[in-house]
Amino acid sequence: MEFFSPASWPDALAVKAEHPQATPIAGGTDLMVELNFGRRRPEALLDLTRIPELAGWQHRDGVVRIGAGVSYARIITDLADLVPALAKASRTVGSPQIRNRGTVGGNLGSASPAGDAHPPLLATGAEVEVASSERGTRRIPIGEFFTGVKSNALAPDELIAAVQVPVATGPQEFAKVGTRNAMVIAVCSVALALDPAARSVGTAIGSAAPTPRRAAEAELFACGELSDRWDSGGDLDPAVLRRFGELVAAAAAPIDDVRGTAAYRRHALAVLGRRTLGWAWSDYRRRLHDHAPDVHGQRPAP
Amino acid sequence: MTMRLTCTVNGQRREVDGVWEGESLLFVLRERMSLPGSKNACEQGECGSCTVYLDGVAVCACLVAAGQAQGREVVTVEGLAPGDGPEDLDPVQRAFLDAGAVQCGFCTPGLVVAAHDLLRRSPRPGDPEIREALAGNLCRCTGYQKILDAVRLAAERTAVS
Repeated sequence: MEFFSPASWPDALAVKAEHPQATPIAGGTDLMVELNFGRRRPEALLDLTRIPELAGWQHRDGVVRIGAGVSYARIITDLADLVPALAKASRTVGSPQIRNRGTVGGNLGSASPAGDAHPPLLATGAEVEVASSERGTRRIPIGEFFTGVKSNALAPDELIAAVQVPVATGPQEFAKVGTRNAMVIAVCSVALALDPAARSVGTAIGSAAPTPRRAAEAELFACGELSDRWDSGGDLDPAVLRRFGELVAAAAAPIDDVRGTAAYRRHALAVLGRRTLGWAWSDYRRRLHDHAPDVHGQRPAP
Repeated sequence: MTMRLTCTVNGQRREVDGVWEGESLLFVLRERMSLPGSKNACEQGECGSCTVYLDGVAVCACLVAAGQAQGREVVTVEGLAPGDGPEDLDPVQRAFLDAGAVQCGFCTPGLVVAAHDLLRRSPRPGDPEIREALAGNLCRCTGYQKILDAVRLAAERTAVS
């Protein structure tokens, strides 16, 4: 096996162009399992852990650009305020040791239907920045990135450079079902993002279809229900929350597998959908209340 | 194809030949460097028994490709104590002994490193924080209560000293 260990991004892209069969490795939390168990013997490994360009994140013009090599641990410590759904999802990944190594770039590369980072990226309308030495950089809307079970829209000569996530303008949630609070591959998961600036709601599900996907009808329904409540912070009827949960579940195309049945997944998605919207709306109302008009009649955006 | 792997382990520069780049750092430590403290159990990052520091970050050695460790600094459970005598144990190791947090002992090295890492970051952790920090380490004897006792004890002693 060849082992490439480029020290810069252009070098990494050059290696990938010349050896498209080379398998990228960063935290190794997926790939090393396959190597250890002899399930896979790549002709070549392309180590991405020495590339400074992948290691950082930047916040500019309402978007956080997270380098593909940034660990879940850093997302939790650095980005909880800017991209809360992704940070909350990151906190449910594996264990401290896994979060110290694993990256969102790797999660996207593996493109598992159960990838914990995926629903938050879908709910917030993120973009995946990929590059090749020949064609340069392009940005793939997250909704077009997942093409099937463990497959994505990368060309053979491309590598994932970063993910660009819009900065949250309102409350965001992530919820996941599993047998314990750590070391769990999701049975199913839901991410939800309220966007008071755009007066919209994003929501997406994981582990409930061949790819992670948005729950578009649920989003539309929530937008409609919230349209006359953004200013007042009015109550959401429990029946509305329940209906939202049903629509979240209706977006799924789940299967029976070792982690759970399709029927259980649908049930759990409805519960998680209902809860996440309830939590997020309560949070929004609290912020609205905390920012109630002061003596000058100014109301800062929540 | 194999490589010559050079890295620093427990403060010493180590060099081994004939390393297959795709083998794990855990294999290198145990089978090529005679450091069997890090335990080999699940080989998939589930059990935490192989927890080591890689450039100061706690990781599962089974999930690090040997080639990724080139030039890096590794500290294993063998490197925590400043010396070989019983009086030289790291406070976390001492606390595991005193609290009776060792049953079969297999998970102990990984838990000691994980607890060491926790107390380095957070010297007086509450119970939820301890539980979250040790969530990636499995004890098949299920001796978790004594393990929690040991971490609390190590935290108390470190705070006093």
